[in-house]
Amino acid sequence: MATLKPRSTADIEATIQDTAARNESLEVVGMGSKRAIGRPSEATDVLDLAYIAGVESYEPEELVLSARAATPVAEISEALAARGQMLAFEPPDFSQLLGTGRGSIAGVFASNLSGPRRIKAGAARDFILGFSGVNGRGESFRAGGRVVKNVTGYDLSKLMCGSWGTLAVMTQVTLKVLPAPETEVSVGIAGLSHELAVRAMSEALKSSAEVSGATYVPRPSAETGAPVSQTVLRLEGIAASVKARAEMLRGLLSTHGEISQLDEQRSKHFWSGIRDAAPLADLREDYVWRLSVPPTRSFQVMADIAKAIDVNYYCDWGGGLIWLAVAPHPEARADVIRSALAPSGGHATLIRAPANVRRSVAVFEPQPQALAELTRRVKLSFDPARVLSRSRMYEGM
Amino acid sequence: MTLRMPEPRREILAQRADIVRALKSMVPGEGVIDTADQMRAYETDGLTAYRQMPMVVVLPETVEQVAAVLSYCSERQIKVVPRGSGTSLSGGALPLADGVLLAMGKFNRILDIDFDNRTVTAQPGVTNLAITRAVEGKGFYYAPDPSSQIACSIGGNVAENAGGVHCLKYGLTTNNLLGLEMVLISGEIVRLGGKHLDSEGYDLMGLMTGSEGLLGVITEVTVRILTKPDGARAMLIGFQSNEAAGQCVADVISAGIIPGGMEMMDRPAIQAVEEFVGAGYPLDAQALLIVELDGPAVEVDQLIERVHAIAKKNEANSIRVSTNENERLLFWAGRKAAFPAAGRISPDYLCMDGTIPRRELPQVLNGLEQLSLQYGLRVANVFHAGDGNLHPLILYDANKAEELDRAERFGADILRLCVKHGGVLTGEHGVGVEKRDLMPEMFSPIDLVQQQRVKCAFDVGGLLNPGKVFPTLHRCAELGRMHVHRGEVAFPKIPRF
Repeated sequence: MATLKPRSTADIEATIQDTAARNESLEVVGMGSKRAIGRPSEATDVLDLAYIAGVESYEPEELVLSARAATPVAEISEALAARGQMLAFEPPDFSQLLGTGRGSIAGVFASNLSGPRRIKAGAARDFILGFSGVNGRGESFRAGGRVVKNVTGYDLSKLMCGSWGTLAVMTQVTLKVLPAPETEVSVGIAGLSHELAVRAMSEALKSSAEVSGATYVPRPSAETGAPVSQTVLRLEGIAASVKARAEMLRGLLSTHGEISQLDEQRSKHFWSGIRDAAPLADLREDYVWRLSVPPTRSFQVMADIAKAIDVNYYCDWGGGLIWLAVAPHPEARADVIRSALAPSGGHATLIRAPANVRRSVAVFEPQPQALAELTRRVKLSFDPARVLSRSRMYEGM
Repeated sequence: MTLRMPEPRREILAQRADIVRALKSMVPGEGVIDTADQMRAYETDGLTAYRQMPMVVVLPETVEQVAAVLSYCSERQIKVVPRGSGTSLSGGALPLADGVLLAMGKFNRILDIDFDNRTVTAQPGVTNLAITRAVEGKGFYYAPDPSSQIACSIGGNVAENAGGVHCLKYGLTTNNLLGLEMVLISGEIVRLGGKHLDSEGYDLMGLMTGSEGLLGVITEVTVRILTKPDGARAMLIGFQSNEAAGQCVADVISAGIIPGGMEMMDRPAIQAVEEFVGAGYPLDAQALLIVELDGPAVEVDQLIERVHAIAKKNEANSIRVSTNENERLLFWAGRKAAFPAAGRISPDYLCMDGTIPRRELPQVLNGLEQLSLQYGLRVANVFHAGDGNLHPLILYDANKAEELDRAERFGADILRLCVKHGGVLTGEHGVGVEKRDLMPEMFSPIDLVQQQRVKCAFDVGGLLNPGKVFPTLHRCAELGRMHVHRGEVAFPKIPRF
């Protein structure tokens, strides 16, 4: 296996064409922070985009930034913070969960993983405005633009999000950024059951408090420092508004239990932990799943899973996102988890497991036939020889 | 007006009687319309400059009927044009002479309202406003609010990725969509997403949104609904120049403020609107901003102070802040009446829809003025200033020979100007037939070939809404064989329609 480090788009085109001619496959890598997610690579070579990096332009007054593919998210976040702006969808940092880090900006879009603010601000895919890339034929193309409102042609930028490098090699992305909130506080309720926590979070999310984070951590942990479950809601904005909304929430939730408050600093620390799956981080041997479900179904899904197996978990997104840790098992308990999910709708993604497990278990939710076939045709429309990250999402594709 | 569309196929037209009979067996009752009188209502959409009678109109009521019709058309190689409420401003629902017009108006039921998960599931023919009406009693609303919201359908909103004045803060259709059911031209039914967030697998829902009826027929939509903000107040700010107004917009955003809406009008638009509505707009202003702040009262008050200071710094010569809900609505009434107001001062108008980076606004408006002189046609501008979406209204008289043609050439030059300044051809109205032939201004041949290959993944026969969006039609097999050399496809000289 060779690691190829292209220095230009022309290098990428040539590498892809050459690989396609040999009927081989390339593993596309930005910074490699999420390489261990997905089916294990079947690629003959690695296409490492390390040299395709750097912020190309940043216009704070336009809320737009363009960067080459492997630009570190850390570098972008720093540049944004210096101007009081941010990546509003809170891409996770996998230092604790996978022993890697925040990765590259193209990797963030290719995986479409978003943090707690997803419920208010949107996902990674809601912030990509355009990109340049090279498809599996080795042809350079672009889609989208540098403006938020744009319906010119198909929205191929969104299609890149969550495609895990299987459709095209992104070389440059243009994204929307947002002003960072001036301050934040969090409001917490201790000791709720999962069912009551979802009800409390739902009430808060239905109110006009503009909640930007809603999590339930059932397990006592070092992270929350609490001996009982914690239900925590985040409020962000200008100080006077945050204060007013915190009071509103306290009133609204007073019947649910005693209410505590996290100040700005503690709130920030707490939510970065929720973003990064920190409540499961000390379960070093366990396999980790990430489930997305309708928020009010979260309790039932977990009850069904807990009937069959022992798990540790916590919820984000008002109950709609479940991070789940299971003890090592050859099938990672996929059948239990996916059959619990089935009546509610949603999906389960295996985020952390050894390569042999990820080879035999469907890492991504299996699709019904018509959708699977359509997915396959879309893949082939970009990459007919299946050069790019072959089999990473679905076997053989 | 002539517009080149795919050549009608004589062998299809020759089978018309058989086709109508077959369709009637699939969609019984009043579901098939085949007389010229009745089909007349469908011959155009919001882009009334173009008209075409369809071969036949079908109004299905169930997803099974849609699947049966599409599967039949697919087998017989019959073209299909999907239609929602027919409010497209880019001709997205313009019929084809040898095509079935699939009108989704009977899919008009709201299927599920789920306040706890904050979702509404509706059939595609439900109007945009009907969704808000169904949930406002409990303090919720559906955020995207295109100006046609009283009539436009939610399925059409998805097909066009509709926007509105509030999308600066709350997003476009694509940002508010959670689930879809669609039928492919093969007749296969595919469901995407649901009440949960971020379905994994390729983001086909994102791809479908804004695909202008070329990829599939939408039969069910799940959207997220939002809680109404505690309150909202609007500001009317008059400026001495477009530059000053443009700078004020940039400064507001730079100050970290994302208003619920931020609209701009130029002098001709202000004059036309004020005469029509009497909203109290300052007639001495060269440019007017409407800035709406929403949220808890304490936040709104503070932000209004901040915007006030920014406006002063940019030498605003009048600033008014709404003191009650009626006044706020009056401020908006003018903006919302901009199109009919243009209709009062001119027999006809063309509404353009480019987006530009905000900072380019003064240069683009200057360019517009020059083009206006060059073409000898007046233009009034309304502008979603917060997100750079420009709606120049070109005023013309269709009864005067050549004026429509001149207006269209003017419009095309406006869009070229937008692209030249780093913008795009269309912000929210879609490409349709209107901007189809301008696509190469923005995209290289290979960019367009890649988009068309995606189309082939959905519709290998090219039967769904052909003649829209893409300036040239290629057979899928041909697209598959194409090779690109130095950014050029091997045969870029292929004739357009």
